[in-house]
Amino acid sequence: MQIDIRTTNLQPLRHTFAHVARRLGSDKPASRYQEATFDLQPTTSFHYRPLWDPERDLYDERRTAIQMADWYIFKDPRQFYYGSWTIARAKQQDSVERNFAFVEKRNLLDLMTPEWKQKVQEALVPLRHLEYSANLNNCFITAYGYGAAVTQATMLASMDRLGIAQYLTRIGLVLDGNTGAVLDVGKQAWLNDPMWQPLRELAEELLTLQDWFELLVAQNFVLDGLLYPLVYERFDTRISENGGSALAMLTEFMVDWFAETNRFTDMMLKTAAAESAANKTVLEQWVRRWTARVAGALAPLTEHVFAAEAEAVMRELQDDLRTRAKKKCGLDL
Amino acid sequence: MAKPMNMRDKYNRMTRDLGWEPSYQPKSKIYPQIEFEGIKIENWEQWEDPFRLTMDAYWKYQAEKERKLYAVIDSFAQNNGQLNITDARYVNALKLFLTGISPAEYSAHRGFSMVGRAFPGVGAQVACQMQAVDELRHVQTQVHTISHYNKYFNGFQDFRHMHDRVWYLSVPKSFFEDAQTAGPFEFITAISFSFEYVLTNLLFMPFMSGAAFNGDMATVTFGFSAQSDEARHMTLGLEVIKFMLQQHPDNVPIVQRWIDKWFWRGYRLLSLVAMMMDYMLPKRVMSWKEAWEMYFEQNGGALFEDLARYGIRMPKYWEVSVQEKDHLSHQTWATFYNYGHAAAFHTWMPDAEEMAWLAAKYPDSFDRWYRPRYEHWIAQEKAGHRFYNPSLPMLCQTCQIPMLYTDMDDPTQVVYRSTEYQGEKYHFCSDGCKDIFEHEPEKYVQAWLPVNQIYQGHCGGATVPEVLNWYHLRDGQDNRDYLYSEDRQNWLRWKEASSQLETT
Amino acid sequence: MANNMVYLALQNNEDARPIIEAIAEDNPHATINHYPAMVKIDAPGRLTVKRASVEEKLGRDWDPQEIQINLISISGNVVESEEEFAVERLS
Repeated sequence: MQIDIRTTNLQPLRHTFAHVARRLGSDKPASRYQEATFDLQPTTSFHYRPLWDPERDLYDERRTAIQMADWYIFKDPRQFYYGSWTIARAKQQDSVERNFAFVEKRNLLDLMTPEWKQKVQEALVPLRHLEYSANLNNCFITAYGYGAAVTQATMLASMDRLGIAQYLTRIGLVLDGNTGAVLDVGKQAWLNDPMWQPLRELAEELLTLQDWFELLVAQNFVLDGLLYPLVYERFDTRISENGGSALAMLTEFMVDWFAETNRFTDMMLKTAAAESAANKTVLEQWVRRWTARVAGALAPLTEHVFAAEAEAVMRELQDDLRTRAKKKCGLDL
Repeated sequence: MAKPMNMRDKYNRMTRDLGWEPSYQPKSKIYPQIEFEGIKIENWEQWEDPFRLTMDAYWKYQAEKERKLYAVIDSFAQNNGQLNITDARYVNALKLFLTGISPAEYSAHRGFSMVGRAFPGVGAQVACQMQAVDELRHVQTQVHTISHYNKYFNGFQDFRHMHDRVWYLSVPKSFFEDAQTAGPFEFITAISFSFEYVLTNLLFMPFMSGAAFNGDMATVTFGFSAQSDEARHMTLGLEVIKFMLQQHPDNVPIVQRWIDKWFWRGYRLLSLVAMMMDYMLPKRVMSWKEAWEMYFEQNGGALFEDLARYGIRMPKYWEVSVQEKDHLSHQTWATFYNYGHAAAFHTWMPDAEEMAWLAAKYPDSFDRWYRPRYEHWIAQEKAGHRFYNPSLPMLCQTCQIPMLYTDMDDPTQVVYRSTEYQGEKYHFCSDGCKDIFEHEPEKYVQAWLPVNQIYQGHCGGATVPEVLNWYHLRDGQDNRDYLYSEDRQNWLRWKEASSQLETT
Repeated sequence: MANNMVYLALQNNEDARPIIEAIAEDNPHATINHYPAMVKIDAPGRLTVKRASVEEKLGRDWDPQEIQINLISISGNVVESEEEFAVERLS
């Protein structure tokens, strides 16, 4: 009896929203990611031109050189919407919290040789400032980018970068016993030490970039694509060899985050490049130009850590990035 | 283990200490939007953080809220929770919510990402960005909750398409676009302070409590869960205002003008909420009038007493809002009833019991002005002459609501205000809306006014069926009287089936 | 007449009950109003939620920031510290 009533009388009238059904090709059950993403950003009937950009509409495709017929063919491989993202991050955060507690309780960072502890302070802690500018850059893309599929992922990335800046800050506080002294030294280095100046100059330049897709390429593909393997793989390996394997527990989030977020970034470049030859050319120019620029900015930091091997390390990282651009994004450099 | 840092110092290390004074690029190139509104900020370091939530705690608390909320949404869908609501008329309030309010949450999300990048102070950036991501949460949890209703009721299905086109939805759309297209300081005054702090309680508290009262546990859960973020947002709104006022005396008149403007604009937008509360909830928690007294007159009053020390007074025309509280919901609902053929939800006339409630809550206005009108329309409908207004209404150039509000001294006389700008005449529903226009005519002449757009041939054609088609509004399914609707037929069938189920 | 009212509104659920009880005990000048699914606590001047009181009710550690989870709305200026969460009027 119950089954009869439920099946005969409670048939749904439809399975999803009409705009979602149009994208799926028919009315069929849609995922939460799809319902939370498709067409959320208005595209028409704008009322007023922005006082801060009177030549364009509030949401305007012309804020980048990349052209797309449809901005919703960008699909986040992680299918992150707010709920799935925040629950995923809370799980990671649980593990980070346990790791910090474990390392702090046993003073595990003191197992590093003083020389390497110094290196960590000099080469890792100031990166919190660079993460902050990465936060602002992703926020810029969210503000002026086009289409909810793109801008929701960069919104979540903005918050991730703030989180990473805060984890790096906590590493500094573990190193200095919560006095803030290591953070102060790190900030002075970021502002004045010649080793950091090319990178800070780059960071400030990125903060003035106006084409949001170029910014995504420069920050999320190129800068992160060279910096994260440099710091969280190669530098980390050296630290571990010198008594600092506990540090890896504190940077686990960054390693996992990078691997996960690359899938989104690669999808962005691949999808845009596949759209047209013109897009592909623009993307290749951007990747080429920013790779040279970023590699130069990272050189002093690389030398500080890897000394004589620095050049080889940077060459390998650039080769890896070019391979990634080819294999994952379909770009020929 | 080392002694922990105190909360304030630690939060500073986690936020504002991350920033630095640029030296390779001029600050004006990194933050180009910060000058043009005339707001003077001497020192961003004096920004007081409205709350101190680092990302680790943010993720922890927000994930807990999301787990709870999605558990309710899942169980609501599995158990066909829509059958537990008091009456399917209630669902029409949710239609207005999804088509009118959820897209506004999206606008807030993008707007806060704009100001989260535009302000030069790290403390302000972080607070705005956190709100930006919260607002993304709100639109998405609303879509996910209402998704189940969409499967069983008409009118939800093309909410995104409709929001950009349907005449009355240009009211919330133009409100948020007005804020987003302004500068960062005006945006945050408009949304964080005037809207969030002064006005949204009217929507989220009595209306969500009403959802609970009407058996909609899914909506009350997303409503209150969203509102738990709003407490942070309201704190931000108040901090922004205090910060601007403390930074420079020249800011006071600018901020006061924005408060005047955005109070009035927000109040006009809330007329949709007034009608939801008094007419669209089958079981009512409190009247619009009571809510306005509680949340605006009492709490808003206390707030402005606090702000008096900075030279800020109550928003201009607040007295008008108090005079209108006896009429606002009735006049708005009556208008929708007359244009029910062009609305993406159903309308109806209150029954005898509901009229008694309205008369009790509005002793000074209902029986005198509105009951006779309703009884007339009910008689007309019974005689087979249901009245739908076939003409297109004139819209207010500022708030975009049809000219429907009357003179409070004579509630039979509609208020018309007008002004000339560059040889053209523009019309307004009130002095409040006229003032707003006159301060920035070059902005408001740009408004995408739905009726004018129809006349100009931009909306699918000149006839009502053509326009409805362009709206994706299905005549006979999404609109007109609840009494004859597919929604009602389905509802009665489902309820009968579930009552059979209970007796077997 | 000076109006210096503040309020806190919390969800009316199992998690919020100990918080509401603690507020009621620590703020004898407050009025507790029940609505469907919501409890609104009004008071002149100031309302304080004390960590120690909530912890006593809960029998576990409680961070005042946890109030975020069940908070619906506020009116007043927020004062936050390790030991309490409060809303107050300036005058």
